[in-house]
Amino acid sequence: MKTFRLILILAVPGMGGCATFNPVRVQPWQREALADDAMNPGRDPVGRQMAEHIHFSREAASGGGGVGGSGCGCN
Amino acid sequence: MSSRTKLPGFLVAAALAAFALTVRASIKEGDLFPFPAPGAISGALPDIGGKVVMVDFWASWCGPCRASFPAYARLQADFAPRGLVIVAVSIDDTDAAYAAFLRKYSPSFATVRDRGQNLAALVGIPGMPATYLIDRRGRIRFVHEGFHSGRTEPVLRGQIEKLLAEK
Repeated sequence: MKTFRLILILAVPGMGGCATFNPVRVQPWQREALADDAMNPGRDPVGRQMAEHIHFSREAASGGGGVGGSGCGCN
Repeated sequence: MSSRTKLPGFLVAAALAAFALTVRASIKEGDLFPFPAPGAISGALPDIGGKVVMVDFWASWCGPCRASFPAYARLQADFAPRGLVIVAVSIDDTDAAYAAFLRKYSPSFATVRDRGQNLAALVGIPGMPATYLIDRRGRIRFVHEGFHSGRTEPVLRGQIEKLLAEK
């Protein structure tokens, strides 16, 4: 019981700390850099085709490579 | 109840309270829209007294925002004579991108710039673009996230008609 209480005492404030710190939440108005074309992994058509070919050869599967645009997460 | 059984409950409650305090409260339907004071944003806000206002947050880097501007121009043409004011608030960081966008689309409605994104953060926009319809008393009556060609415009038209009909 003592161990359980110790874990609880250490973990619960930690959960609150995670909520406070929240380092990965990028707000919609902060996504200009993410929307840059440089963030689009499929911006090079030749490179994309090569990657798709390797994927097809190794996995016997194709498609489902992503969605259009870059990373602004609009819509 | 012994102190042994009270402690976990107290700690969980404390964690939930800490979480609740950290969740940012965004502005929602029914709230008054926090129109910025003169000088808080770049550009002049049009006269909005007693009018239905549509505030749209946009950016030059947002694809759906580009698609939305021609639709907003149509809304402006159809509803401005009846009392609708459209205010497009740019949250662009880059001066050149902002200017190039306005040159390309030359909007017929008012555009202002929330350079530091303070208004966007205060409102807590849910996504890009974000559109707020505000009634004649300044209350937010409808919030729309995103812009989908062919689908969003009729929705906005219906809501605008409803608000314009109110006195």
